[in-house]
Amino acid sequence: MNVTALVVNGIAIAGVIAAFYRDRIKAIRSLKAAAVSFVRILPMVLIIVLLIGLLLGFVPPDQISRFVGEQSGIGGVLLVGVAGALMHIPALLSFPLAASLLESGATVTAVAAFITTLTMIGTITLPLEIQELGKRLALLRNGISFAVAIAIALLMGLIL
Amino acid sequence: MRKNLIRDTAVLAAVAGIAVVLLMLFPGKQSAVISTSGEYLMEMAVILPAVMVIMGLFAVWVPDEVVVSHLGHAAGVKGMALSLLLGTLPTGPLYVAFPMAAGLLKKGARVANIIVFLSAWACIKLPQELVELEFLGARFMALRLVLTVVFVVIMGLVIEQYVARSEKHV
Repeated sequence: MNVTALVVNGIAIAGVIAAFYRDRIKAIRSLKAAAVSFVRILPMVLIIVLLIGLLLGFVPPDQISRFVGEQSGIGGVLLVGVAGALMHIPALLSFPLAASLLESGATVTAVAAFITTLTMIGTITLPLEIQELGKRLALLRNGISFAVAIAIALLMGLIL
Repeated sequence: MRKNLIRDTAVLAAVAGIAVVLLMLFPGKQSAVISTSGEYLMEMAVILPAVMVIMGLFAVWVPDEVVVSHLGHAAGVKGMALSLLLGTLPTGPLYVAFPMAAGLLKKGARVANIIVFLSAWACIKLPQELVELEFLGARFMALRLVLTVVFVVIMGLVIEQYVARSEKHV
């Protein structure tokens, strides 16, 4: 149980109690809506869980970091960006990984491209994003995020 | 909705089948794959139901006008700042934000604000910035933060323009 889970569950429980106190019928309606969206989202969530397990099991993070370290030039930055977009590493883990990359000689641009696409773009979670927000918004957000991430990375390489 | 559920379940069965075949072909990967999936499953299991309950409460109790006035077009720069702020709160992984974004959108938040919210959620988390500061230094962290905020706002406005224009043509 981490802090996030405790806080989110605390808010949910407090909200439900407050709702029942104020208006039973509306509270039950809220819980029904919650149950419906939970069932609707469940298969997609399980798909994502399986895909993440397969991805991280077959392509461990240290292998990815070796790949990122070897890339150079604009093509390299794009490749690193793609790797970041496809991978799914918890952000908190990605920073120590990025630091070790910089130490072993990767460029600021490559490292910035990697962390930015890693966090901003979720290829694995894209099916869920499409389901919730529609194909157009989800694809636009991920597509433009890629261009933005590369722009941020190039600017950082110029400035730092 | 029922049709989508059946389709998703079929895809789930296919993915599970592929996973089983892959793990039988590469028995060496079994423990890594199973433990990683297990970890993520646990993480989702403790967060997702609560998020759904919060969104259910939100859908029934929060009037549309509140969302429109704080995150709609009339909210202007303030609405954008609020979206950014909401996104930086330390509240879990990005997939948690998708149903929230959908709920806000349904209640009349503007598209640009939703994109800013999602992007901030994805890459400007407060605890995350602290870890970045520690490992990559103040200059790297501050510059990436500033550039990200600027580009995310531009991206939100561009996507909103695009969506508005393509809706006019339909």
